[in-house]
Amino acid sequence: MKKKIGVYICHCGGNISDYVDVEKVREAVKNEEGVFLAKTTMFACADSNQKEMVEDIRKEALDGVVVASCSPKLHLLTFRGVVERAGMNKYNYVHANIREQVSWAHSDNKPGATEKAIQVVKAAIAKVRHAEALEPIKVKSTKAVAVIGAGVAGMRAAIELAEAGAEVYLIEREYFVGGRTAQWDDLCITEETGKELVTRLYDEVMKHKHVTLFTGAELVDYSGSVGNFNLKVKVTPRYFKLQCSSDELQKAIEVCPVEVPDEFNFNITTRKAIYHNYPSEYPQLPAIDMKNCTRCGECEKVCSSVDFSQKTEMLNLKVGSILLATGFDPYEPKKGEFGYGEIDNVVTFPQFKRIVHYCDDKLMYKGKEIKHIAYIYCVGSRQVDGENKYCSRYCCTANIHTAITVKKKYKNIYNYHFNRGIRTYGKAEVWYDESSRLGDIYLQSFEDHPPVVEKRGDQTFVKIRDILTTDKELEVAADLVVLVTGMVPRADNSIGNLLKVPKGRDKFFNEIHMKLRPVETVIDGVTIAGASQGPKNIMESMNSALAAATKSFSLVDSGELALEPTVARVNEEACEWCGKCEEACPYSAFEKVEKNGKTIAKVNAAVCKGCGMCLPVCPENALDLIGLSDEDVESMIDALIPNA
Amino acid sequence: MAGGKVNDGPRILVFSTDKISDPAIDMAGLLKLHYPPTVYTISIPCSSAVKPRWILHALEQGFDGVFIAADGTDCPYGESCTEKTGQVVSTTMQMMKDKGMDPARLKMAAICSVCSEPFVNHVKSFSEYLRKSSNS
Repeated sequence: MKKKIGVYICHCGGNISDYVDVEKVREAVKNEEGVFLAKTTMFACADSNQKEMVEDIRKEALDGVVVASCSPKLHLLTFRGVVERAGMNKYNYVHANIREQVSWAHSDNKPGATEKAIQVVKAAIAKVRHAEALEPIKVKSTKAVAVIGAGVAGMRAAIELAEAGAEVYLIEREYFVGGRTAQWDDLCITEETGKELVTRLYDEVMKHKHVTLFTGAELVDYSGSVGNFNLKVKVTPRYFKLQCSSDELQKAIEVCPVEVPDEFNFNITTRKAIYHNYPSEYPQLPAIDMKNCTRCGECEKVCSSVDFSQKTEMLNLKVGSILLATGFDPYEPKKGEFGYGEIDNVVTFPQFKRIVHYCDDKLMYKGKEIKHIAYIYCVGSRQVDGENKYCSRYCCTANIHTAITVKKKYKNIYNYHFNRGIRTYGKAEVWYDESSRLGDIYLQSFEDHPPVVEKRGDQTFVKIRDILTTDKELEVAADLVVLVTGMVPRADNSIGNLLKVPKGRDKFFNEIHMKLRPVETVIDGVTIAGASQGPKNIMESMNSALAAATKSFSLVDSGELALEPTVARVNEEACEWCGKCEEACPYSAFEKVEKNGKTIAKVNAAVCKGCGMCLPVCPENALDLIGLSDEDVESMIDALIPNA
Repeated sequence: MAGGKVNDGPRILVFSTDKISDPAIDMAGLLKLHYPPTVYTISIPCSSAVKPRWILHALEQGFDGVFIAADGTDCPYGESCTEKTGQVVSTTMQMMKDKGMDPARLKMAAICSVCSEPFVNHVKSFSEYLRKSSNS
């Protein structure tokens, strides 16, 4: 039983103390049995507090520590590290969650939150009183990582992992790599094209013998956990043999009678059921879109590489970690939103980029030359009424960069930017400056008075109450209206649902902590990168890809993982072997042994996973989990009752 | 029911699981989905590990209800979790009946790692049930 427990109650800036009276909590717990010192701290995780804790533990010879702060998912390991640095066994540390499960959950009831916080801290003190010094259990982990998504973030992560020495399975749902970046032409700052960037990454990926790329492939099922995931991957064939002559391919595309909107060009053009998005796209092998193919057989007659005998395959892969880099979808405006879908010269920003790609000397759209372009910003982002409250971050910069490109590429272009405040943060500010110097006109409104798009006769007008000219109503006759659309999560979130990766308020994948654990999820072993986590530009996606690769690698590198020593324990005196524990255990961790003339159950600690399924089935109550004994649980229950 | 305190609603003890339902309950806080502050959580590895004696202890010591936030089919320890957690519940309910307790004071529902709203809805409706039954 601990007699010198240190208790630290965190303000978390104001995240906790705005709702929980932390001083009152300290007063309420300082005289609890075994508590030697109780302190409040502005940030328990701050270096200064960690140092103070180490000093306290050493100077006062503390034998147990409780920190009441955020979720243990965030800082349990941090504080275990602190006590270890002070020479204490880390299992003599207990974490109390008074942020996610108290101050935030009950921010509507401050006295109620404070009272709950007191009981939660008392329960943690009750638990640490009985805590035992333990050693972690080691298990083998597979030195392989599955990277889901071969966009720029996924490819960058795959390269990093392979260079570090892991086996990498790069799994791409589409038939071609590059994701959204492949659809982009000139990129901001570097002036490199998206295709060039994709090519460089693809070449590097293919150089590594430890990267295996699967295209047309989807993760459909999985089992296991961190260190040892078993993945089932469905690979859909391209229906093309590995070698294909360009002449025959061209003929096959010509004879294909199917014509569908081309999603690569955001539906401003059409493509055939046999397709490649652009001639040099990787892998440099076309594919047949079987969702739309009519199996008429015309292509087979002119192209010997077409092979309809190819079958869907199911692969079983074993990996230690899964890195998700599944990207984003561009926001699709609703019909009538700023005239979209109703007025024929209203397009989205991604569509505009493709239009600019296809026009050489003159900027043309639907047979008309474009000179006056109105850009409406924040479409689908920073919504007042809609769900997308967030800023999509990349669009101001990308659009201004494109507006400059257009002005330099074609003659007599006039750009009008209808914005809600320009956010060309960081180095991109120079583009805003250049656009202004080139004569672009910026008109600004607040969110409660967005611009209005209307068609009068043959002409489309965009009207605004411009706050930069003292709320004057200004109007522009535009040849083309570009809706600067933001990023939204992938419409198909089947992989997120399969792996049960939590989503944040913005519906993108949610990290454990934006600053402190930015690429980890609460699903052990699953990391996230790129725009699957939220709007990011390419540079930010690369940063997160490298971080996620490093984190995933750290889980598989040593080939061994330290797991919690929470395994089952038999009370040999109480045990009267009946075999029920053996039946209940999914891992065959029990064996029948003879000891001191008595038949009893024995736990194989290396096999036991600490699930506790055996606990309730024992008729003699002879089983406990280490760290979760009856005494532990019942003392916590007692402490949670306010009058106890 | 405990009187004279700020939190005088029905007291509910939640057994939640480290890997599955804990993240959902944490996320409910993150999303500011409010529920009664008389709902307390004890984390365990798997919902099928709950001993009936812990549930009875909680009810006898003053909790009005016990809610098992079960792993369901998402359990990382295997498919048998659902059935085994169900057995824990039925065994305990029988013990509660034998002791003259209302078995509806024990409730179980599968709470996945992103089931924040279902969790909040479950504990709110459970709290409402316990409030009504204590007044009847």
